[in-house]
This record gives sequence, structure tokens and C-alpha cells, in this order.
Amino acid sequence: MMDKVLFGDNQFFAVNHLSDEKSREQAIRFKDDSSIIRVLDQAIETGINTFMCTTHERIANICEYMRSHPDKYRGFKIFPCMPYAHKYANAVTDLGIIGTIKQYVPGNIFSAFTKGGVAYIRKDFISIMELLIDAEMKMFRGISTPVIFLQNVLVDMILGLKMYEVFREYDSYIRLKYNAEPGYITMNMPALLDALNSEGIENPIICSSINKIGFRMSGGKAIYEEYLNEKKFRPIAMQVLAAGALRPAEAIEYLGRFPNIESVLFGASTKGHIKETKELIEKYLCN
Amino acid sequence: MIRAGIIGLGKMGLSHAAIVGSHPEADMVSVCDTSSLVLDAFRKFSKTNVYSDYKKMIDAEKLDCVVVATPTRFHYPIVKYALGKGIHTFCEKPFSLKPEEGQELVDLADRFHLVNQVGYHNHFIGTFRELKRLLKSKIIGDLIHFTGEAYGPVVTKEKGGTWRSNPEEGGGCLYDYASHVINLIQEILGKPVRAEGTKLKQFYSKDVEDSVYSILTLEDGLTGVLSVNWSDETYRKMSTSLVVLGKKGKIICDATELKIYLKEDNHAEKLGKGWTIRYITDYAIPVSFYLRGEEYSAQIDNFIKCVLSRKQTDVNTFRQGLYTDKVIELIIADSKK
Repeated sequence: MMDKVLFGDNQFFAVNHLSDEKSREQAIRFKDDSSIIRVLDQAIETGINTFMCTTHERIANICEYMRSHPDKYRGFKIFPCMPYAHKYANAVTDLGIIGTIKQYVPGNIFSAFTKGGVAYIRKDFISIMELLIDAEMKMFRGISTPVIFLQNVLVDMILGLKMYEVFREYDSYIRLKYNAEPGYITMNMPALLDALNSEGIENPIICSSINKIGFRMSGGKAIYEEYLNEKKFRPIAMQVLAAGALRPAEAIEYLGRFPNIESVLFGASTKGHIKETKELIEKYLCN
Repeated sequence: MIRAGIIGLGKMGLSHAAIVGSHPEADMVSVCDTSSLVLDAFRKFSKTNVYSDYKKMIDAEKLDCVVVATPTRFHYPIVKYALGKGIHTFCEKPFSLKPEEGQELVDLADRFHLVNQVGYHNHFIGTFRELKRLLKSKIIGDLIHFTGEAYGPVVTKEKGGTWRSNPEEGGGCLYDYASHVINLIQEILGKPVRAEGTKLKQFYSKDVEDSVYSILTLEDGLTGVLSVNWSDETYRKMSTSLVVLGKKGKIICDATELKIYLKEDNHAEKLGKGWTIRYITDYAIPVSFYLRGEEYSAQIDNFIKCVLSRKQTDVNTFRQGLYTDKVIELIIADSKK
């Protein structure tokens, strides 16, 4: 069972879906790692025990701090979400796909061999994926990571390309190597659940936008509600405030209509907001 | 169901492939690229037919439409071949490197009555659409000045790179980043006809510019500033905006917000005097599949809808893409003065 309340990290890394200007203000406010740790500690003081975060390079510093203060973070869990897409997207523009893999995969994955004067490269995609996962997971060593997520850009890309087998490989690698539960972030929840089920992945953890105004709920609110009511999976709701378009009370009250929702992911920068949202989630989520 | 193919599987091509692949009215039957790495991934994990030669793909697959997302210098021969075979074509931006070649493609698409669209996706972002509508209604009166900007962290270190660092292949901040802003200015405010005071600056790249600064004059005489820099790491990702100043107010527009300042109440638009902030949540175009932004799916939806109805789109036509190429030429010519 996951915690009902999951604390997110968008606010720390200048991700704001409603305002580019606010996102820059956040970048200024959270310039130092200590300012991130301060807000995390405030979240912990309100009783939050899980931090769901991207594998942003600055998270490595936060993990280092946690390892050096074991008493303070005893029992605290991190749900990593990989990869931090912009790191790779900018690298692909700059270095190309092979250049990017070379830059981020440790060792020489393209162990080139020559056959009849032509250079071939080994293209073992599943090994590349596993090595990339290991590289991203390095920063979390010694920290409890019971659920490990694939980020939405990658999930939705694989989904759109119908390369569903990749999900199954990811799923089994995370279970085997990390003894953790695989999770999926998506902007296309109904289609993803169908795809996972078709690969024999049952009752998956799926984190998707769920909000009263249907923001970033691809295909529309109706089919999301149908899946939340009728299908078997472990939903996490994100973007519950629809990037700020909804007031917290009405936003969380809406989530309360779906008893299957296991957890709510949210981010906030002040103790007051954290406390208010957490209390609302505990009040309305009845599972 | 229409039969679609993708040519060029870089970042945009893969994204288009996923969007077309999930489209309820399209069958993504084949992809084409020169990278054996990418093609092998398709061979191993998907049912899509793969080709390393676009001519073979077009000849063999009986496609209704193609999406061309190769490096820019290959647009001309590929699009020409596709149009010649009667295939509706979506082409990534910038459209062409030589306006005379772009003109040939425009004429070809017209002659064969084929749907043609260029990937200037900002026109499928709700806030920019609303800006266009508001300006058309003269909400801020006669226009005085504009600023078109885009900033992002593409090249932030000194090192060589891909085709994007080669000016002969359509690389550089002007083709890659500034083209988006020029196209927005052209379609929302009016066609630029003159460029002055242009500075194309290099900071990290060896062979191409990393920033573009220029003063543009539009057909109707309105002037404004173009300011674009792809080497600004204070931005997490590409951020594009237009600021338009009129006699009765001002509008600041980007992909997330529309900030409207009016000197007087506007009853028709139900906007009060002073500042009003509108958010993308009110304007986002609903899509059935989302990848990286509604706009990427919405532009493909539009293209597929046009292909199905055999009706040419009025948003992002080849002709509009060609005009942007011509403005890029004006800017380059001015920078050499």
C-alpha cells in the first residue's frame, strides 16, 4: 500500500504548467539545495513520508544529504521517476541519439566489432535500457525506493509507437533488480492501462492527471472516470489542481468520488499549503 | 483509415510517429530513417514496416500521407518525391533552405491539390490562437510595437554537434528557434518585409549563430524587435513569447498565459480596465492522445482531418512556411550588410 499523500518535486525545478514566469521565480527561490531540504523537512513535519521525484541531477545532492542524516530520514521513502527527460532531449538535439546514449550509458555499450570491413554496433536494446535505469538509480543507493516510475514522455512515446513489449521488460527488470514495484506516469491513462493489460501486466500503478476540469486527461474526462470506477489498477492522481485552475477544496473533493484512487501526488512550496492540501486529501480520500 | 508513413526518426519524427500511431483514424504503416539503430528498434518492438530509402517506402506502401521530419536540407527532394506520387505531406519546420525550392513545392502541392502543412506547432497552442483573435477584434487599438522572443538551453557549452550546428543543413538558432517566432509574428501580426540592425551572435557554436537580434518591419509599417537565444540556460526548455503594444493596451502572450492590459473596460470581451490574466487551461485544444504538449497532437489531428476530407488546411500551409523562409533570408542578408 502506498501512502495516501505523495510529495512531488515540480516546484523545486521550475516546472509550472500555468506560468513560465512563476517557474522562473521558483528557479530563483530554490537555487540552493538547502532551500529544497527546508521545504522537504516541513513536509515531513506535517507527516508526509514519501517524496516522488525525477532523477534530476540536483536530487543526487538531496539523497546525499539524506544518507548523511540517517536518523532524521528513517522510514522516509523516495519514488524515483526516470528519466529526467529534458536532460536527454537537449542532449539529443546537441549530440544525436547515439551520442546521447554514449554520454549517459556507462562503459562502451556500442562495443564496435568489424565484419568484412564494416563496423557494426551491438544493438541490445534491453541491455541499454537496463544500463540507463542503473545509471539513473545510482543516486538513490541506500534509500528506500519501493516504487520506481517511468516518466510520462517515455511511457507515452512507447505507448504511441505501440512498443508494448518494452513495458514488460521494464516491469520485470524493476521487480527483479530493485525488488520494487514498477510505476507508470502518463497523460493517456485509459490507453496505457489497456496496453499494459495486453502485455499481461495486471493491477499496475498508474499516475495520471485527474481533475475536475479534465485538464491533461486525453480522450476526455468521461473515459477516465469510467476507468477509475470499473477497471482494476492502482491509480495515483496528479495535476489535481489543474495547474492551479482549481481551488484545493473542490479539487480534492472531486477525487473523493473515486474510492480506487490510492494516492495523490502534489507539490507546494510553503508549509501552510502543504498542510492544507494534506489535510484535504486525508479528509476526502476514503481508502 | 488513412495510411501514413514517417520519414526521419529524430526527436520530432519519433514524436510524430507516436502521435500518428495512436491516432484513431490513421494507420502508421511504415517508417524510414538512415539510422540502423532506430530502425532495428522498430523491427524488434513494433509491427511497422521499416525502410532506409524513402523512395522505396513511398513506391511500395500505397500511402495516403507522409510526415517528413528529416534535417531541413532533405525536405526538398523528399517532399517533391512524395507530392509527385500524389501523397499529402506534412513537413517539419523550417520548410526549405532555398526559397526557389520551397516555391516549387508550393506550386506542386497546389497543382495536385494535395494537403500540405508545416510543423509550426505554436499555432495549435490555445493562448496564441486567442491572441490572434483578440488582436483581430482591435482590442488594444492601433498597434505601436511588438517584441517576439524565444529562449532556451540547446547549446550551452562549446562543443561540436549534429546537423543543427551546420549552417548548410539548416542548423543554427535562426533556422531552429527564431523560425518559430518569425512565423508567429507573420501569421498573428503581419508579414515582415524588412529586417534591419540584425546581429547574429555566436557564443558557443563554431559555425552557426547562437542568438538572433533584429528589427522587423511588417507590411503595414508596424515595427518590432526579434530577440532569440538558444544558449540561455536560465530557461528549462524553449520558451516563446509575443508582447504587443497598442494605443489602448498591451498583451503579453506565451504558451501558458495571456496577460492583457486595457486602458478602458471592453464590454464586448468582458474584460475590465487594467490587467487580466488568462491561463492555457481555458484555451488548450482537447486531444485524444498527449505527448509533450497538446499542440503536437492538435497539428497532426488537423492534418489528418484535412487528408480525410481532401480539404487544404488554412493553418501552417507550405506557402506560409515558405514566407518564413524568405524572412530568414532577409535577416541573413541584413546581417551581412
